[in-house]
Parts: sequence; structure tokens; C-alpha cells
Amino acid sequence: MSELYELLWAPFVEFGFMRRALVACLAIALGAAPVGCFLLLRRMSLMGDALSHAVLPGAAVGFLLAGFSLPAMSLGGFVAGVAVALLAALVSRYTAQREDASFAAFYLISLAVGVLLVSSRGSPVDLMHLLFGSVLAVDDGALLSLAGIASATLLCLALGYRGLLLECFDPQFLRAVSGGGGPIHALLLVLVVANLVAGFQALGTLMALGLMMLPAAAARFWARGVGAMIALAVVFALCSAWLGLLLSYHFDLPSGPAIVLTAGAAYIVSLLLGHSGGLRRRGAAAA
Amino acid sequence: MSALIELRGVGVHFRGHWALEGISGSFAAGQSTCIVGPNGGGKSSLIQLIAGLIPAQRGTLLRHLPRSRIAWLPQLANIERGVPVSALDAVCLGHWRRVGWFGRIGPGLRRAALDALAEVEMAEQATAPLHSLSAGQLQRVLFARLLLQDGELILLDEPFNAIDARSQALLMRLIDRWRDQGRTLIVVLHDLPLARAHFANTLLLAQRCLGWGPTEQVLSGDALERAQITAPGADAAARRIGIRAA
Repeated sequence: MSELYELLWAPFVEFGFMRRALVACLAIALGAAPVGCFLLLRRMSLMGDALSHAVLPGAAVGFLLAGFSLPAMSLGGFVAGVAVALLAALVSRYTAQREDASFAAFYLISLAVGVLLVSSRGSPVDLMHLLFGSVLAVDDGALLSLAGIASATLLCLALGYRGLLLECFDPQFLRAVSGGGGPIHALLLVLVVANLVAGFQALGTLMALGLMMLPAAAARFWARGVGAMIALAVVFALCSAWLGLLLSYHFDLPSGPAIVLTAGAAYIVSLLLGHSGGLRRRGAAAA
Repeated sequence: MSALIELRGVGVHFRGHWALEGISGSFAAGQSTCIVGPNGGGKSSLIQLIAGLIPAQRGTLLRHLPRSRIAWLPQLANIERGVPVSALDAVCLGHWRRVGWFGRIGPGLRRAALDALAEVEMAEQATAPLHSLSAGQLQRVLFARLLLQDGELILLDEPFNAIDARSQALLMRLIDRWRDQGRTLIVVLHDLPLARAHFANTLLLAQRCLGWGPTEQVLSGDALERAQITAPGADAAARRIGIRAA
């Protein structure tokens, strides 16, 4: 029993930085996983990827102006992410190109600008920090902002739930009955950016999407309803954060990749064993 | 009869071409009209224009009823069936006018949704997810949603596309009932015999209005021929996918 305690819980009791990291990841999981579910159901998973890269130049500008200050970098990242989402929406609206193409274009530009900005002034270590995060170094201020973003996200999702759901499976009906689906689409994109900014503090811009999309994709293989899918995604995200941090601690691995890989393992297992559209069902149907 | 929807020289520009041009006329309250015409002739555009989903770039459209009294059936292809939503939950959204974005869908409203499902013979599939339903079954679910919407004006965009004969017969009975209740119906159809049998009025549309009036006159031989020969919509459709019309 005590061995199990040593393995699974002691690191968090012993070390303040582990506790902070755990709380940070829990906050990210609570906000990001439900947002990921809506993104997945909207078939916009890859746009989340694009947006996560779009956060980088804003964070870099914050870094150049204020040094390694999380509030400055977060604000910059948020502004840059929303700007790219807006630009992509405008381009798809006023040209023949679809939204995913314009997203891809803008995120590539953003990523290059971001890397250029950081490397022009900062060191390679700074760049690594921005790209891959440092969950073991979050301070109280960062924790408060993560908790704030998670709370605001859950509140927005609760209020916008019906509209978001309709936007997923019958967007035109939503426009017909409510007079516009635009605000709901915008709400989703703003929530995605806000949660990516939250995630990037801990996991870096490249991994921030991990706790958003992987738990959602894994949950889709089990859940029969949207509510269950969201609940399950949150559970997957919470467990991935906890186990990932333990792996990182016991085996001396970088924490961001350890967490995302744990979430990835949950996805693979769900893909193989899940009963809602997974491989097992296909196998059963073929037999 | 008073006009419910009036069109005055309406034009809709869509992806670089005019989907509709110079449409004038009115849909009277209580009248049932079907819209026929070639593919790309602007039938769906007209329906979406009336529903308020797309704007008119030319002319004016007057609605003499609140938008909330319009019930609109989208084409089946617009429904994303991968979302894990049950038939009952989908039907419950027909209560939107009563519950809006935040209102609770209580037991009474759920009961009404179940009754609507029973009317389209889908009560047994109430808890089935949308992806498990056939096209005909999904269309019946969407009709149950229309029942709850209780629209004064009902817009149906190709309600019988790709659905089985049994579902079609069942849904046609509902449409007839709505007509007999005095609701205003505007229905996009491909099936001319069906149009002749069930709709008093027909609008023949191929970008422009080629005929609008009593069905037997509009669907006479030469009006149809004109629609086939001129069929500018077909050319536009070909242009859109990059084929030059011969």
C-alpha cells in the first residue's frame, strides 16, 4: 500500500512544483477537453492545430516587450490567435478559398514570424521554452490565470451549449431559428484560443493542443451522447495529466511530452477497444 | 388572400454568378406552392432567401410574418450525422421558439417531442443516434421537428431526395395535412407527377421565373420545354465546376 502511495501520490506531497504542475494541468484539462469535444464534432480538429501555432508570434511579441512574463506572453498569444481566426474567417467569406486553407496559410506565416521573433532576441532555450512549455515552473499568478480561463470556459460552454451543439450537427437550422450562427462560431474559436493560451503556459505552443484534442478523440470512441463524451474527455484529460506528471517525475522525462503521450495512449486504447465506432466494432462486424 | 411573402425584382448573387434574377411575385397566406426547375436553377436559393439564410443583392423581399413563424427543412445532406445526438434530442430542438438558447426542455416538451416522433412512426427509434438512421428515417425525424416548430409558413427543400417510398408516402400525408390546416407551404420538388397531384400552385424556376401560377398551366408542355431548353442554371452549374458548356 505504501509503495503505491510512494508511486502515485508522494511526489505531489513532497514537492511544491509537482503540486502546482498538477493543479495547472487539472485546470487546463477541465477547460480544454470540453472545448476539444466541440472542435472535434465540428470537424475542426486541425484548425485547433493551426490556431495553436498562431499563438506563437503573439507570445513572442509579449516575450520581446516584457521578457519572460506569462501575462504579457499570454495576452500577446491570445490577440494573435484571435486575429488569425478572424483573418481566416474573413478570407473564406470574401474569397473562393475555404476556411481550412486560409487557416493553414495564416498559421504557417504566424509560426515562421514567431520563431523569427524569438530567435532574433532570445536564446535557443527561450524558443524551446515557448515551443514546449514548462509545466514544472508555473507560479501562483499563472495558476490563477489558468483557473480563471477554465472557469470562464465552463461557464461559456454551459450557456452556449444548445447553440454549440446545433452548430455541430445542423448549423443552418441554428441560423434559421436564431437569426445567426456567427456568434456561436466565434465563441468556439475564442474559447479554443483562450484554452490554447492556457495550455501553452504549461505544455508549450506545440503541445498545447494535446490535452484538448486527444481526450476528446478518445472519448468519442466510447460515448453515445455528447454529454457523456464531454465528461469522459475531462476524465481522460485529468488522468493523462496526473499519470503524465508521474511518468515525467519517476523516469526523468520532459513533462509536456509525457502528458501528451499519456493522452495519446488513452486514444490508442480507445481506438482499439472503444465500442462506439472504433476498430473492435469493425472487427465484430466483419466476423 | 393576403400575401405572406412578397418578392419584388429579387436577385441573389452567389459564388460569382446570379443564382436568381428578377423574381417578382407573392406567396399568399394558406397557399401551397411547389418550386420546380433544373438543377442549379436557384430553387434552394429562393427557399433559403425566404427563410432568411441568405440575403438578396437586388430587389426587396417582404415577409408579412415574424421569422420565428417560419419553419424550414434543410436538405438532408446538410445534417452532420457523426454527432452523437439522439433522434429525440434532435426533435426537441424544434421547441426553439419556446425555449430559445437557454430555456429548459421539461417533461411536457419532451412528451410533445415523443408524440411528434410517434406521428412519423419513429417512436421506437427515439433514443437511436442519428448516424444509425436511414435517410428516410432521418427525414422523418426532421419532419417531427417541423411538427414541433408549428410554423405558419413551412419551407421544404427537396423533402423526398434519396428517401424510401414508404417514408415519402408518410411525409406526403403530413404535407397534405399541413395544407388542409391552412398553413402556407413552399416546397422544392423534382417529381412532376407529385407536384401535379398535391400542389395547387407551381413556380417554375431556372434562374429566372419561367412560370408562376396554377400547377396545370405552369406544368404544361411548352413551359417545361422552355425550362429544359434555356436551362441557364445548368450552364452556370457547369461553369462552377469548370466545364465549358458546349
